[in-house]
Amino acid sequence: MEFTEEQLKRYSRHIILPEVGGKGQKKISAARVLIVGAGGLGCPVGYYLAAAGIGTLALVDNDEVELSNLQRQIAHSVKTLGVNKADSAKQTFEALNPDVNVVAVKERINSKNILDLIRDYDVIVDGTDNFPTRYLINDACVMLKKPLVSGAILRFEGQITTIMPGDGPCYRCLFEEPPPAGLVPSCQEAGVLGVLPGVIGALQATEVLKLILGKGKPLKGELLIYDALGVNFRKVRIPKNSDCPMCGKDPKIKELSDIPEQFCSL
Amino acid sequence: MEDIKVDKYLDIRGEVCPYTLVKSKLALENIGVGQILEIILDYPEAANSIPKAMHNYGHSVITVDKINPKEWIVRVRKEVED
Repeated sequence: MEFTEEQLKRYSRHIILPEVGGKGQKKISAARVLIVGAGGLGCPVGYYLAAAGIGTLALVDNDEVELSNLQRQIAHSVKTLGVNKADSAKQTFEALNPDVNVVAVKERINSKNILDLIRDYDVIVDGTDNFPTRYLINDACVMLKKPLVSGAILRFEGQITTIMPGDGPCYRCLFEEPPPAGLVPSCQEAGVLGVLPGVIGALQATEVLKLILGKGKPLKGELLIYDALGVNFRKVRIPKNSDCPMCGKDPKIKELSDIPEQFCSL
Repeated sequence: MEDIKVDKYLDIRGEVCPYTLVKSKLALENIGVGQILEIILDYPEAANSIPKAMHNYGHSVITVDKINPKEWIVRVRKEVED
């Protein structure tokens, strides 16, 4: 692929970076990324990846845009209230960068469809808001050996980690099972500062681009925690658990399990 | 000018920054280490910025010649793989 004059302009700040260059920009243009959730995290992740010129960007979400989303879900607008979130974000990202093939998947991800949904993608991004889906995405990515960039936010705190199946710990090495429903409050119950998903989403998008470019070191084996009120970034090491039920020596989990409905109140 | 074997020629007359650099960098990506790129340009600022940027990328700037009041020729030898 040769760059058009328009692409030379659009990606000029990438091309002049030694770590990107024309070769790196072509890798970005050839990459396929799937984002689960077109909400607080999915919007900024998708926005920056669309701006970067990712070849194919899939967004999975079966929710519709509500007014209460617009405080933080920056790809949506009053014009798309009531519209499916994946469709709404697709409109925004296509307007930003027509080079990107944006695929809107208007489904709720579950144990039946997840493997087929993620199979053809290079990097998976978790932008979901509940533990059962987070674990399901982890398990599916470990099964198919897909790099996973996971993010989470609540109130004034966010966290991010990159899972490289076969090369470092997975989410279940950190916590084997999801917490019981109701133990950890949701954003709906506890609130979230609207800019927080922007910070964490931008970090997730950075991790995705590093993986695609093969530059820098991925945030694997570590959880980066951002505390907005105290202005602290701290890293916590996640050791690989040899008894991990998903990626340990003798994994107990052989198949994906469905998400109990009571979790899905967000 | 010295007699140097040039492997690739790039005409970026009419281009302004940063496209002078964008096109020079892309041209260098397409030659091998040790090969020489000759760039002709007419954007005055680029006569300074291109040699500087090429040096920062780790390449050798062999010559910078003002060939007439409005045009320059810069020759760069690629020293490092991208």
